[in-house]
Amino acid sequence: MTTFAAAPVAPDSLPTSLLRFATAGSVDDGKSTLVGRLLHDTKSILADAYEAVERVTRERGGAGVDLALLTDGLRAEREQGITIDVAYRYFSTPRRTFILADCPGHVQYTRNTVTGASTADALVVLVDARHGVLEQTRRHLAVAALLRVPHVIVAVNKMDLSDFAQAPFAGIEAEVAEHARRLALAITMVPVSALHGDNVAVRSERTPWYAGPTVLDLLETLPSADETERAAAGGGWRLPVQYVLRPQDAALTAEHREYRGYAGQVTEGVVRVGDSVVVQPSGRRTTVAGIDTADGPLTQAQAGQSVAIRLADDVDVSRGDLLSSAIDAAIAVRHVDAHVAWLADRPLRVRDRVLVQHGTALVQALVTGISGVLDIALPGGTLDSSIVPGDYLALNDIGVVTLLLAQPLAIEDYGTHRRMGAFVLVDPQDGATLAAGTARAAEPGTGPDGYVSI
Amino acid sequence: MSVTSLQPGLSTLEALESEGIHILREAVATARKPVILFSGGKDSVVVLHLATKAFWPGRVPIELLHVDTGHNFDEVIAFRDATVARLGLRLRVAKVQDYIDDGRLRERPDGTRNALQTVPLLGAIADGGYDVVFGGARRDEEKARAKERVVSLRDEFGAWDPRNQRPELWNLYNTRHLPGQHVRVFPLSNWTELDVWRYIERERLDLPALYYAHEREVFARDGMLLTPHPALARRESEPLVRRVVRYRTVGDASCTGAVESPACCAADVIAEVAATRITERGATRADDRSSEAAMEDRKKEGYF
Repeated sequence: MTTFAAAPVAPDSLPTSLLRFATAGSVDDGKSTLVGRLLHDTKSILADAYEAVERVTRERGGAGVDLALLTDGLRAEREQGITIDVAYRYFSTPRRTFILADCPGHVQYTRNTVTGASTADALVVLVDARHGVLEQTRRHLAVAALLRVPHVIVAVNKMDLSDFAQAPFAGIEAEVAEHARRLALAITMVPVSALHGDNVAVRSERTPWYAGPTVLDLLETLPSADETERAAAGGGWRLPVQYVLRPQDAALTAEHREYRGYAGQVTEGVVRVGDSVVVQPSGRRTTVAGIDTADGPLTQAQAGQSVAIRLADDVDVSRGDLLSSAIDAAIAVRHVDAHVAWLADRPLRVRDRVLVQHGTALVQALVTGISGVLDIALPGGTLDSSIVPGDYLALNDIGVVTLLLAQPLAIEDYGTHRRMGAFVLVDPQDGATLAAGTARAAEPGTGPDGYVSI
Repeated sequence: MSVTSLQPGLSTLEALESEGIHILREAVATARKPVILFSGGKDSVVVLHLATKAFWPGRVPIELLHVDTGHNFDEVIAFRDATVARLGLRLRVAKVQDYIDDGRLRERPDGTRNALQTVPLLGAIADGGYDVVFGGARRDEEKARAKERVVSLRDEFGAWDPRNQRPELWNLYNTRHLPGQHVRVFPLSNWTELDVWRYIERERLDLPALYYAHEREVFARDGMLLTPHPALARRESEPLVRRVVRYRTVGDASCTGAVESPACCAADVIAEVAATRITERGATRADDRSSEAAMEDRKKEGYF
């Protein structure tokens, strides 16, 4: 039986920060093996789970431990030896807690990769050192660019199969760097062998020519999206209203019978008592009178916190409205210009009717234009300049779409307001989730209906 | 890259708590009639506690539902009822025994009833008219659960289709469904067993006493310590012994085992869980050991 030392546990007095990351890459690039390696080397695999994998590896005629079996949790996945849907895994080191989304590589399951990457602070893209950048690598880098994943780590895997030579790594590095520059992605490259553990959690002695960090070093030190947002000085705050807390007869105490608070999660910035507020889409203005939680009132709340806001004036606010700082205020629009990753089997066409789910709002929309489709095969180019003409989007296409909203929404530029620039398209008939959308800023101008378009 | 200049952000527990509250509010706001699956077990205690925070200063606007196998521990049922009474909520109990008595279900040869819960669960969801069903399942529990979305669509048969899950993007949760369908919602998806215990300690949550060290007559089977029970016949070869034990999970008594442990408070349990080398379900759930895809198969049939 294999024994492990217990994973070190950070003292409770030191709040450990949370990093969400996703893994992607082409089929057989070794994603699941890398994930298994990270879990193994951070001592995150418990003995019985390890033994089960050891046993199954043996039953299949393999030797040692097939680390990929740790995450391929569905029967069909183990039968086919591929990852179909995202597997979430949890581990920690003394420096950080991690939520890992192990995403599928196969093009057919790109929509699941988009799911895993949408919440990621970092994306680890695997590339087979022998094969270099493939179509799926480019697709996953495009997904990272679309979703603006803050950090991309390209792990050049299977270095052991090319004797840890620098030349193939350098060639891939140059190719990836060109993509990174054109997609405006921050990419760090690491030569690894997931199978043997080189440069995953432990620095390899077999790559003396590589002086950079290991994959785990990077994951432990990269700022999370929330941390980056907090570091950005100034700026406004946003809170989509989820639920109006108005307990009346259900109040826990008599003093709260007349309570009225607007519950939601701060999506960006810091909201403080006394701040001026603009309610969108109505445009009404008021002031933050109080910030409440079940544990007592707060003087301020930051991105990620779920709170209830009391407003100084009796303005009409309901679910789907957005509370925004008056400084750097959100603006409601009816025309949206967006990149859309189409995730449904049936195509999207001009004049289709869809529902837009944005923040806590759900409104009807009409597709007024599809001005192009990203051509994955086009080498380089920005996300925009690789767009070729097209009038429909098929499964896994990324395209440029314009929407007319039935009611105005404070949809903002995804690049500067990640949460408020993100939306999904929903099928009005069966409720299926059809697409991921990221709104693009355009020259601000006044639309024909008097609303400012972005 | 330097992170030293950053203000302190949310701790892991604060981030998980806020995420859980966000999920609860989102699903309740879009539900016609929501319900929380509440067994009195530690995960459902945490879900209910998050609900009290999400809807403060009002009462939790959600009914509770428990599928009682008839083999639950008495202490857990008493704890369940006391909690429901304290919060002034409405609890619906679906009893496996009723289904066996009227012939809709048959007792299994091995006497365990965990797998029999699915039919009463789906019956109660239909009877109650519930369209949003909250559960305390965590992705770290089991590898099929590791694949499930926070908001998981179930068809008219309550079945989960793992190969055709909806994309779930950012924190935009899609709870829409057709008549007859419902969604299962898991606010603790991203919590680990250790997170749950750290939260129980931080929030000073009460739990059934079974979770902490106590002396108990047990017998060993398949590496688990089991309590004699009418549905769990002890064999001649399995001597009864007195041990200081605690339960890591408190499911059906016929298939839930105890572990030897001196941990008598949440802090002790945290230290124990942090150092353990055996997974929660591997240590204590006979039903998950039956095959590599046992959980996936049960979920496809509409299990929690």
